[in-house]
Amino acid sequence: MLALRRLRRDRAAIVSGGLFLLILLALLAAPLYASEVAHTTPDENHLTDTIQQDGETVNVVGLDGVPIGPTWTGEFFLGADGNGRDNMVRLLYGGRNSLMIGISAALLTTLFGMLLGILSGYLRGWSDTIISRFLDILWAFPVILLGIALGTSLALGGLQLGPINIAGDSLAIPTFVISIVYVPYLARPIRGQVLAMREKEFVEAARAQGMGSWRIMHSEILPNVASTLLVFFPLLVANAILLEAALSFLGAGVQPPDPSWGTMIDEGVQRIVTAPYLAIVPGAMLVLTVMALNVFGDAVRDAIDPRAKIKVDA
Amino acid sequence: MGRFVARRLASMVFVLFAVSVITFFIFNVIPNSDPAVRMAGKQPTEQQIEAIREEWGFNDNIFVQYATTMEKLFTGDMVSYFTQLSVTEEIWKGIPRTLSLAIGAAIIWMIFGVALGLYTAMRAGKVSDRLLTVLALVGISMPVFWIGALMNHYLGFELSNTLGFELFPNGGYVPLTDNPAEWAHHLILPWIALSILFIGVYSRVLRGNILETMNEDFVRTARAKGLSERRVLLKHVLRNSMIPIVTLWGLDFAVVIGGGAILTETVFNLQGVGQYAADAIGQLDQPPILAVTMFGAFFVVFFNTIVDIVYAYLDPRIRLEAGDSAS
Repeated sequence: MLALRRLRRDRAAIVSGGLFLLILLALLAAPLYASEVAHTTPDENHLTDTIQQDGETVNVVGLDGVPIGPTWTGEFFLGADGNGRDNMVRLLYGGRNSLMIGISAALLTTLFGMLLGILSGYLRGWSDTIISRFLDILWAFPVILLGIALGTSLALGGLQLGPINIAGDSLAIPTFVISIVYVPYLARPIRGQVLAMREKEFVEAARAQGMGSWRIMHSEILPNVASTLLVFFPLLVANAILLEAALSFLGAGVQPPDPSWGTMIDEGVQRIVTAPYLAIVPGAMLVLTVMALNVFGDAVRDAIDPRAKIKVDA
Repeated sequence: MGRFVARRLASMVFVLFAVSVITFFIFNVIPNSDPAVRMAGKQPTEQQIEAIREEWGFNDNIFVQYATTMEKLFTGDMVSYFTQLSVTEEIWKGIPRTLSLAIGAAIIWMIFGVALGLYTAMRAGKVSDRLLTVLALVGISMPVFWIGALMNHYLGFELSNTLGFELFPNGGYVPLTDNPAEWAHHLILPWIALSILFIGVYSRVLRGNILETMNEDFVRTARAKGLSERRVLLKHVLRNSMIPIVTLWGLDFAVVIGGGAILTETVFNLQGVGQYAADAIGQLDQPPILAVTMFGAFFVVFFNTIVDIVYAYLDPRIRLEAGDSAS
């Protein structure tokens, strides 16, 4: 709880955490905004529609194919995209997808990374050799390539894992792909920590009391790596959001017509000459979100382990 | 030393083999659809699919399939079913472009990363440090394809239109052997775009390391000896703080060449190895993606082994830790 108090006193933590919550709230309110303010849905085309602007009737998408720019009013607040879809509405819905994928992927990575890290660090021996080798191999793949490889091979036909069946265009595919890619980055440091921890007196005491391996891992080791998991979590979310955007930008992530900030940047870049705001807006939101998470992550680390904080007064 | 090298090489061979198996699984076993259909691209005919099934041995058992895939990959007879061109030849064509991008960017991000890290560490706590630290954070949080596309549009396109000449070109690549000046001219924006993230990361890591090293006893001793502050900083502090940076540099460089530059290449239309894979994604053209993934991971593993061996040569503690006391 000391950590929580330290976090509350950290101005950077308050600002970045507040900003992230604000973004989250705005994204949660997306359906409300779409129906009450913009009167449309994220997928609704307005190719042949017109709107009133300064007393004149204007096409949402001009005859030359150039969509309307930001109107700064309820409808088409941030302009329209090439299909005449409301950019602001898509921004909010796209953000929901980006964040949903980012947070779920980070949760899955934490789960896998924690399990593999604790198992290999505590059990050592053969299990450690196998798990560590597997992590080394996964780690050898450049993150983006592994994401693309998994993303493209699963996009057609989806994935069938025992009873779990995921369709190829489901958001669960990029979520799953991203969660796998980052596992070594979490499991390796956890393993190192557990290796050192298993020699400590409290673990030895537990063993002497006759506790089994599972119970020791669960009630002695896990609570002690929890702070590391907590420190990694915001950073994992930030990285997962960035990777989702990159994969979607390349076409190996979220599949159209579903919006995400990555697919929106992709569509925007294709129209950058006539409608640059289509690329600028989702990218700016992405940077803001990722930055808030990065700053907050650093603050959490400093609050939990003040020794890691760099001493300025040398 | 000899034993360390031998062991490191043996482990490399094992990892390379495992990487090839995993890649094979990712493309041919894990997906819940017919691999021949996926191979064939977007709109294949029934005969094409049957021919691919035959060619890749998809009717045979998994070991034959693996062997066939590897054979096709290394003998250069893997073709893209979309373009009908040899995959290995296309990759060879892209290598000079990817190398040009990676080497230039690596030099830029090292120089600026170290300069920024050193400067912010010396100004720690001051306004300039805070400002630059925030700037580094923005750099880390920015997707390279986004800032790259904006740079390409505003600096390469709009600015050229305004000025009437190309201060920066709007994407594209000119081979070094054709015209070295144009080669560099076309690579300036991609180099900068690719460097931004790494400059942010390196400066933050270095700043932290320097501030930590400042508190070490040997630094106090150096000061007590009466060395000038400049000499203490450059000879003692910076030297020790650079070790993790150099390690990072080796790893990142390998990753960038092994496919990490895919986004930068695509945005600036450099037609490198990464873009070759990226272009294949849109067509769901699997052979190029498979080949680039495998070669990319191979390169990373290979390069890491070399870095490890060089390190062990420079720092005997590493090879002793690995249990190589005999050399």
